[in-house]
Formats: sequence, C-alpha cells, structure tokens
Amino acid sequence: MEHYNMNLTVKVWRQKNSKEKGGFESYPVKDISSEMSFLEMIDVLNEQLIRDGDDPIAFDHDCREGICGQCSMYINGKPHGAWKANTTCQLHMRAFKDGETVTVEPWRAGAFPVIKDLMVDRSAFDRIIQAGGYISVNTGNAVDGNALPINKDKADASFAAAMCIGCGACVAACKNSSAMLFLSAKVAHLALLPQGEPERKSRVLNMVAQMDKEGFGACTNTGACEATCPKEISISNIARLNQEYLVASLTADK
Amino acid sequence: MLDAKIPSGPLDDKWTEYKGHCKLVNPANKRKLEVIIVGTGLAGASAAAALGELGYKVKAFCFQDSPRRAHSIAAQGGINAAKNYQNDGDSVFRLFYDTIKGGDYRAREANVHRLAEVSANIIDQCVAQGVPFAREYGGLLSNRSFGGTQVQRTFYAAGQTGQQLLIGAYQALERQIALGNVKMYARHEMLEIVKIDGKARGIIARNLVNGELERHFGHAVLLCTGGYGNVFYLSTNAMGSNTTAIWKAHRQGAAFANPCFTQIHPTCIPVSGDHQSKLTLMSESLRNDGRIWVPKKKDDQRKAIDIPEEERDYYLERRYPAFGNLVPRDVASRAAKERCDEGYGVGTSKQAVYLDFADAIVRYGKIEAGKEGNDHMSMEDIIVLGKEVVKEKYGNLFDMYEKITGENPYELPMRIYPAVHYTMGGLWVNYELQTSIPGLYALGEANFSDHGANRLGASALMQGLADGYFVVPYTLGNSLADEIYNKAIETSHPAFEAAEKEVSDRINVLMNIKGKQTVESFHKRLGKIMWDKCGMARNKEGLQQAIQEIQALKKEFWSDVRIPGSINEMNPELDKANRVADFIELGELMCHDALNRNESCGGHFREEFQTEEGEALRDDANYMYVAAWESKSAHEWNLVKEPLIYDVVKPSQRSYK
Repeated sequence: MEHYNMNLTVKVWRQKNSKEKGGFESYPVKDISSEMSFLEMIDVLNEQLIRDGDDPIAFDHDCREGICGQCSMYINGKPHGAWKANTTCQLHMRAFKDGETVTVEPWRAGAFPVIKDLMVDRSAFDRIIQAGGYISVNTGNAVDGNALPINKDKADASFAAAMCIGCGACVAACKNSSAMLFLSAKVAHLALLPQGEPERKSRVLNMVAQMDKEGFGACTNTGACEATCPKEISISNIARLNQEYLVASLTADK
Repeated sequence: MLDAKIPSGPLDDKWTEYKGHCKLVNPANKRKLEVIIVGTGLAGASAAAALGELGYKVKAFCFQDSPRRAHSIAAQGGINAAKNYQNDGDSVFRLFYDTIKGGDYRAREANVHRLAEVSANIIDQCVAQGVPFAREYGGLLSNRSFGGTQVQRTFYAAGQTGQQLLIGAYQALERQIALGNVKMYARHEMLEIVKIDGKARGIIARNLVNGELERHFGHAVLLCTGGYGNVFYLSTNAMGSNTTAIWKAHRQGAAFANPCFTQIHPTCIPVSGDHQSKLTLMSESLRNDGRIWVPKKKDDQRKAIDIPEEERDYYLERRYPAFGNLVPRDVASRAAKERCDEGYGVGTSKQAVYLDFADAIVRYGKIEAGKEGNDHMSMEDIIVLGKEVVKEKYGNLFDMYEKITGENPYELPMRIYPAVHYTMGGLWVNYELQTSIPGLYALGEANFSDHGANRLGASALMQGLADGYFVVPYTLGNSLADEIYNKAIETSHPAFEAAEKEVSDRINVLMNIKGKQTVESFHKRLGKIMWDKCGMARNKEGLQQAIQEIQALKKEFWSDVRIPGSINEMNPELDKANRVADFIELGELMCHDALNRNESCGGHFREEFQTEEGEALRDDANYMYVAAWESKSAHEWNLVKEPLIYDVVKPSQRSYK
C-alpha cells in the first residue's frame, strides 16, 4: 500500500455544553499520513489546538478497535463516515484526499442531547435495556449449559442480532431518529433463544413503551439504519420486532 | 506481614469448606449495607449484578458513557471452562494445572484451584442469561483449543466472546438498576479512597460531565478497574483504561503485587508511525494456521512474495520444533523481538515479522479438492478453494487487518509485532479478594492473584466473571456480617472532607501549572521509557536508568504540563492528566519490581538470567514469592514477600523444544 501525506480543512461542530448554542469552526491540519486512523487525525488537531491555547474538541471514543460502540460523529454527513460496516475509530485517512474539507458533527437526535462538541448523551439506550432487555435469571440459578440444545441456525441468528454495539448510528442515520434497529436487535437476540421465552411478551411491550417515552421517532422503513450499521444488523430484525409486538399486544395478560 | 487467609485442608476442599463456614448476612440486613463498585467490565458488572440480586445496596461507577463500553468487550478468543464436553480428558485439576504452569509457577495454588472449580458455573450462568455461544449442529455448545493446553475447553462466540459475555453481565446489571438495587454512575471517575478508622468507607469521584467532585459512602469498596497496560502508552487497552483507582488505593496503603508482570502479546498489528494512538490485537487463534517467518538475509528489501522458500527463516519452527508456531505468548514475543533486534525485521519500520497463510490456503484447498474427488485440480483453483476456508475461519480478523493496514492478507502475509496486552500484576489480595486495606477489594485484572507471571489465552474472561459472580458474593458477606451494627456514615464526616480537599487541591495544582507541553506528549515519553527498558527484555542497568528518567519526567510533568479549559466543566485533558500523573508513579514502581526480581519468569525476562539457548531462567530458591510493595513515600517502597507454597504441583522448567 502506497502511503501519502495530506493537508485538510476540518470543519467541526463546537458546542460548549448542553445549554449553549453551537456552531461550525474550521481548522487546517497539515501532514496527515494516510496510515492514520480518523481519530488519530483528530488527536493531531487537538494537540495543535492545545498548543495554540484553544480548547480541544471533545469526542467520545475508547477501544479504538470498532467494538465498544463509544465513538460516534457524522463525517461528511454520514454516521461513522463513508466506509461500509465500519466505526469512526476504524476509518483510516487513506479514505481522504489532499486538500479536502472534512465536515464533522455530533449525532443529531432529540433523544441524544449534545453534552459538548461531538459528545452526546446516549443513556436513553441504557434505559431501554432496563425496561426489559435481559433474561431474569439470578446468579447461581442456572442449569447445565448443555441441558437445553438450541438449533444452530437460531443460535447464529441470535448472535447476529446480539452483535449490536449500541453506538446509535442507526438513530443518527434515520430521518425520524427512530431507535427501532437498536431495539429490534435486542428483542430478536433474546426472542430467538429458549431462555428468553418466559418474558418474551412483556419484554417487547415494555421496551417499546420506553423507546416511545424517550422520544425516538417511528420507523418508516427507509432502511438507512441497516445501510449505516457498523455491525450490519439486519433490518429483518425490525420485521421480527413488529411481529413480536403485535402478538404480544393481542395476547399478553394485562 | 500479609496473611493470604488461605483455608486449611486439602486443595480440593478449600473452597467448599470456606463456603460452608463463612459468615452470612441475613436479607433484612443486606438492605442496610452499601457497596461501592468501581468499574463495570466483566468483574465489576458481574459483581454489581450478583450483589444487587442478593439485596445489597450497590452503587456502580464507570468513566465511559455506559457500563456496556468497558474494555472487556474487546476480548476476542474465548473463555475457558473445565466442562469436559469434548470427552478429551479435561477436568478441574487439569485446568488448574495448566493455569499454574502457564503462569510459570508464580501464582497461588488455592486461588487458581477455586477459579478452575467455578469455571463450569460461569458457562451455565452465561447460557442462562442468553449469551449466544457458538454451537454445533446438534444444538450443543462448541469448543476450540487455545494456546498452552492439550484439550478443547474454550467456549466462544465467533471472535467477539468478550463482547457477548459483557453484554450478558451488562444486561444483568441493568436489570438490577431497573429493580432499584443498583444505582449507576456513568461518566464518573474515582479519584480517591476514603478511609475511616483504617477501613475503606467510600470514594471521591469526579463527575466527568460537569467536573464536580462527589462523595460516596460504602460499607465496602470493590475496585474492578482492569489493568494498567497503558503505562506503556501503546497497548491493546482502550484509550481510557487507567491505573488511577488502584494507584490511589496503593497510596492509601494497599500493597501492589508483582507490578512488573506484563503480558506482551505476540500477534498485534505493528506500529505504523509516531501518530499511533493504540495497537490492535490479532487473535492468538491465527497461530493455529499462520506460519511466522523473517528473511534469512538482514535488511532484505524484497517483497515477501519475491523471497523464495529457502531464503525464509521460520524461526519458531526452527527453535521450538515440538511446539512450533504454537509456543506460549511470552516465548513467541521474545523470539520476534530477537529477530528484529538482529536486523531481520520487515516492513518500513523493520519492527515486524510475517504471519503467512499461504501454506494453510494450499493445504485447505487440497482438502477441499479431495472432498470433491478432484486430484488434478490446478494450483490456482486450489488456492481459490483454500481462501474460502480461511475466510470462514478468520474472515473478521482478516477484514480488521485490511481496514487498518490497507493490505490484503489473503494475498500478502500479515505483518505482526508483539504489543502490551495484559497486566498480571495488580493490587495484592488475600483468598477473599480483599486488599491489605480492610473493606477494600480488588477483582479481575485489577488484582494480581491468578495468572502468575504469564496468563494463558481465554483465562482473563474466566477470572473476571469468577470473581464477580461466584467468589465475592461469598467472601464479601464474610466481612460485612460484622458490619450490620454500623450505620451508613454521613459524607459530611471529616475523612470525606479531607479526601475531597486532597483531590481538589491536586486538581488545582495541575490546572495552575499552565506549562508548555501537552499531557499526551508526557504519556508518549513515559511509554517509550517503559517499552525500551521495562518491556519485553529488561536488564539491571536499563532499569536503573529508567527509574532516573521517570523521576525526571515526573518533575517535568508537574512543572510544565499544559491543561486547557477549566475545572468545573467537561475536560477530557484534565481527566487524562490525572491518569498520566498516576501512570508515571506506577512506572517507577514497575521498574523497582523488575530490578528486584533477579530471575526470568513468564513475561518477565531479565537478560542477565537466561539459559544458553536464550530461554527464561527461573530462580525458585530465591524468588518463589509474590512481591507485594507497600508505599512509603513518593519514591520509596517496602517489599513484603508472600512465599508461594506448592503442595500439589511440582514446579519444573518449562520447555517447548
């Protein structure tokens, strides 16, 4: 792979805190290597800002290997940037050309208020899980792990849904700011397993109620969530969610 | 004198006996007892969930925006358990024995045996929670083999086992939050332990969103804050992983055990330049099929594919014919360093070796051709078939490699180099996981107890969950039973006030230095000192120099660091400065520990102590002990030795030839 260096203009959303109004600022960055990750480019910019006596850009990030789900931000209008099935931290600078202007913004959704600059509050996701995204089994209650065989296809489908990293890109990509892909991934993960059966109906009803309470929008099947998801969570999970919800609404004990 | 409180009696019976006789707290009293848990990785989340279920009043803290982000999530390979589902001769004893041997005979027998005993319960619990482990077509759980063992005991969920286990523990934790048994404080960092009458009674935490300092009381405090590999700046740890919680505890009187025991993982993507902020692991499972080599000629400028077979040095196969590419992590890492230091390294930095799948692709392709009954298939077609097989096994890892390096590992060999991955050292704990401060516990990677001088693959997840789900719920009760008469202490108590003032003064000093150099630049310099002189190979002279350099760096940090912004707001640079200040102090202690240990064992390799063939040379007569360090002053420590007594296992020299 040939490496090259580039100079860029980074146009980034600056907002002091949740109460003050934010706006875009542009910064030049020089000698960025095509081998850097996108966040390493932001690191370089921040070091430069600190040396110049400015406030560095606040952004969420932690594992930098695409699994913790903490990094966010739109890059040139796309959640996690242009690469398919990718998180911001795994986007590398060879995706950009010398002289480009790169626009960076925080997730835009009513249920994800901005904390500072590119950081948003995604605790709504935790509260949706609290509403029922678990199997109620206290420690020490379990039977032998092989006591209950699980059809491999179902186990694999459950795993595919459980790969969700809770980053919120699905919400950010959706014109309605819907959290249906996130929610459906959890409902599918647990509904596909026999262990999830006893709470199957109450789980979906309670989680959907909490999602509505948090102010996420409705799903209108545009598919933007699936196209953006760094873990390629399938939109078929939303179909499953709708089915689960309908059955639960009609048959659950009230 | 440190008392490990190991129960008497035969090794097999210790834990059963302990559980049968430890004190219990009745449910009505549990409601009145408050427990603080710092960190929500596998150890912290599982402990918070389990203690919440028991009815304790739990407060859990994490610095990330949600407990689900903790770095346990990045573990790839799997989790060991002595289930013997494969009928291949596994047992609690074998798991215990492999772990003790893998740790190069520097771990406690009683703790490790307990770990092996509860390992099976962990799998059951996780399955019940809905963790989607890999399964066979018959619907039963699948296993694979991992380094350093001869049985298949590793349970896994593709290359995301850590993620799935953490999500399981996170969901159990969220359930307890919903039930009101646990109160969660995300985006909070613990900055001090509060001690009253010699006991840990609470913490001072900084709310990272608004910068305010908060006081929290607990009848007991559990530190589950992971390892300190980021002392090297570059490691496979998350950016936020830090030593602050355990370091504050150490400065408050908790002994720090075996701080120099660091695991350097052999298969990581190499550093590409000065901009590098972290390193990424490529799972150990790749060594099952990849062959590691360097050119036989020094500074060979040719591309890998242009170097003919006879001019390649498969140095692991050459040096260790019996184990070949599957030698344990410490051995593989040192061998790679040796070749690169001698000038045989590859890539632009020359700090890398090849991990080559070409042979595996042909081998698998021929098997596939054989299945089709086609013995005359062209090599091109064989390679196409072989790539499919390799893709199915390692596709996600190959994709990750390509994203980071821009190179296609199906066509070119991977370039890999060792990187800091895990720290076996940590707070000294007794059998009950209590540190030398009463009421203060350490779980998971934050303690030192189970992995000796080298950790085997798929054992970290096992230990984190063992400590949280199945050990601390018993051992904590044993001491909290004596606390039922003690009401919660008001946080207006002078000890809380003094601790908060200490933290706030320290922050004020940092903010007012207003120097010229960034926190990051200090962290990088510390990392370089540690990597060069206290990394994969250490020697007396280098370690002595490192101590001098770190002390000088500390002075420079406290007189020239520049932290922008202010105190009472979100300020990630200030958070980082707090962490780096502690890493600098820890780095010095690690060098003292490495200097004291005049032997080589596991991941600790002192160049002066090696066999003629360049292998680690242990000194059991003089160093078969846990080195527990007590803080005396800024640059002085007392060494307390806890002798390691092997009643069951007979220590021997590890050989992989």
